[in-house]
Amino acid sequence: MNEGAATSAREEILSRIRTALGDRPSPAPVARDYRVAGSVPADVEQFVDRLVDYRATVHRCGSDEPALRLKEILDARGVPRLVVPDGFPPAWLPAASLVTEPVSTETLDEVGAVLTTCALAVAETGTIVLDAGPGQGPRALTLVPDYHLCVVRADQVRAIVPDAVAELDPRAPLTWISGPSATSDIELRRVEGVHGPRTLDVLIVG
Amino acid sequence: MTFLGIPTASSTGHLRAPRTFPEAAHDALGNAQLRRNLGDATATIRAKRAGVVAELPDWEQLRAAGAAIKDETLAHLDEYLIQLEEQVTERGGVVHWARDADEANRTVVELVRAAGADEVVKVKSMATQEIALNEALADAGITALETDLAELIVQLGHDAPSHILVPAIHRNRSEIREIFLREMAGVDPALTDDPRALAEAARTYLRRKFLSAQVAISGANFAVAEAGTLCVFESEGNGRMCLTLPRTLITVMGIEKLVPTWRDLEVFLQTLPRSSTGERMNPYTSMWTGATEGQQFHLVLLDNGRTATLADPHGRSALRCIRCSACLNVCPVYERTGGHAYGSVYPGPIGAVLSPQLTGVEHNPTLPFASSLCGACFDACPVAIDIPSMLIHLRAQVVDAKREAHHTPTPEAAIMAAAAWTMNRPRWWARGLRAARLSRFVRRRRALPPPLSAWTASRDLPDPPRETLRDWWQREGGVQ
Repeated sequence: MNEGAATSAREEILSRIRTALGDRPSPAPVARDYRVAGSVPADVEQFVDRLVDYRATVHRCGSDEPALRLKEILDARGVPRLVVPDGFPPAWLPAASLVTEPVSTETLDEVGAVLTTCALAVAETGTIVLDAGPGQGPRALTLVPDYHLCVVRADQVRAIVPDAVAELDPRAPLTWISGPSATSDIELRRVEGVHGPRTLDVLIVG
Repeated sequence: MTFLGIPTASSTGHLRAPRTFPEAAHDALGNAQLRRNLGDATATIRAKRAGVVAELPDWEQLRAAGAAIKDETLAHLDEYLIQLEEQVTERGGVVHWARDADEANRTVVELVRAAGADEVVKVKSMATQEIALNEALADAGITALETDLAELIVQLGHDAPSHILVPAIHRNRSEIREIFLREMAGVDPALTDDPRALAEAARTYLRRKFLSAQVAISGANFAVAEAGTLCVFESEGNGRMCLTLPRTLITVMGIEKLVPTWRDLEVFLQTLPRSSTGERMNPYTSMWTGATEGQQFHLVLLDNGRTATLADPHGRSALRCIRCSACLNVCPVYERTGGHAYGSVYPGPIGAVLSPQLTGVEHNPTLPFASSLCGACFDACPVAIDIPSMLIHLRAQVVDAKREAHHTPTPEAAIMAAAAWTMNRPRWWARGLRAARLSRFVRRRRALPPPLSAWTASRDLPDPPRETLRDWWQREGGVQ
């Protein structure tokens, strides 16, 4: 790159900004009188309701039966093989043919199914957040396969968006997922499934 | 040539209308298909938005906080941009600055060439449309593939986007089917016009492109100054494909699209999806900081008229805009004319403000008049931009610019000047009003003489009242 030109564009834009702000505007401070983190109790039933509204399929089970339930869900979907990222709780692993990391994009495309955990979830918006932590893998893992099965512990469900923002690290690669891939680009009619997973199953544990 | 430090509205790209708004609107109003598509689409999205906004007990507080966060950002924009640059650089990203569209385009072309690519995949982005990046890439022999379904429809149809959020809102399903059959290589000739089948065709067409693309270009909905984090809100997953799979990611972002703190996003994560698609949350939001998961990351910070907009204390709040498009969907003018009539990538009420601000009013003189000032846009805006007041402010600038250009007063300027002189002299004002009242007895005229006849051509001249307010006040014994 032409470093000289880049520097001068930077200096000129910053200088233009300082000139433009010659009247020294002093806006009022931001009033945080909306519902902030910790002000609303989390409601798992609301989370389920919102997921269903997005046409995700919701399953529930007790804390000691995820492995069994996961196997049932995969059998019902007819998923013979799936990718499982590093750090997925070993006790929950279903008896299916598992593909482990590292996986190439081509393998992800070919296998077509992925099983992950999540960082946390937001009840009011029906959102699951992934932060590349244990059991979640890099971002491509939950993107290329057509089927995503995500396990959410009930104690990971937060009430509202500010609760999630307060806990997440902005420097982690974050993916906020609210239902399966969708488009409303044709006459504003919602169609599930364009490029991301067209089927999203969620298992809530506990 | 711009002098250092002086903000000028020197923006170039897709912001200027080749025709005046009244001319373009006249043609659009004659297109019954377009009006039907737009009427259906805007009514649907208005109802969805109203439903999800009403669900939040603190919507007005979130709206006020959004406005205040953006005002804080603008008041210290230089400091926050430097902070963002430091954070992105520290995390392995490279930051570039571009004064105008040409500079931004040159930078992107050089980066794509340096990556050794002759094809790029693109995430829908207003900033890259604004600077006409696709055209600049084509001139450099680089193919840019739009991956958002609506943008793909627009690109394959050799068409222009007509809505910020739903760029192909002017096309219905059978038109889209025809475009795909004609332009999409390898498409199934038995393709139906079912939206599901059309989406599937786009999925198949784009999938191998995503898996092989070396370079992606995106915009950004927000950048967080204190953390260096960038975000893209989307629905289809094409954004995630572009942001995560190619080895090189280039993001072009307007300098106003940042927020000071990570916490600030808690407001916009609630207000943007509800205002734009009328959903509680859009299906996918991606956030990344610097070079992520082995990818090279370049951030291009774009001025292109924004500092000139910032220099106007009465106009700078337009830079709060988060491009949600709620104001388009509630606008009675937009609903009838559609986006193309505005001649800029930013249509509708916010476009009528932003386009003339970015280019200078002399290059978009009819846009501030493309509004009935009904105020629906202000009510819908999630960052409380007072669009009607700004339109009036810009109309005054247009009149001033015309006067400067002509060196002689235009009729409206002459009338306003005469009115101002008279209103400052109470006795003359009272005489004038009485004279107007007396004209009731003169043979009734329904039209004014030229040049005022333009006004009466489509309106009846109102009858002056029987009695002036001042006379009434005196008669009733009011205090002078």
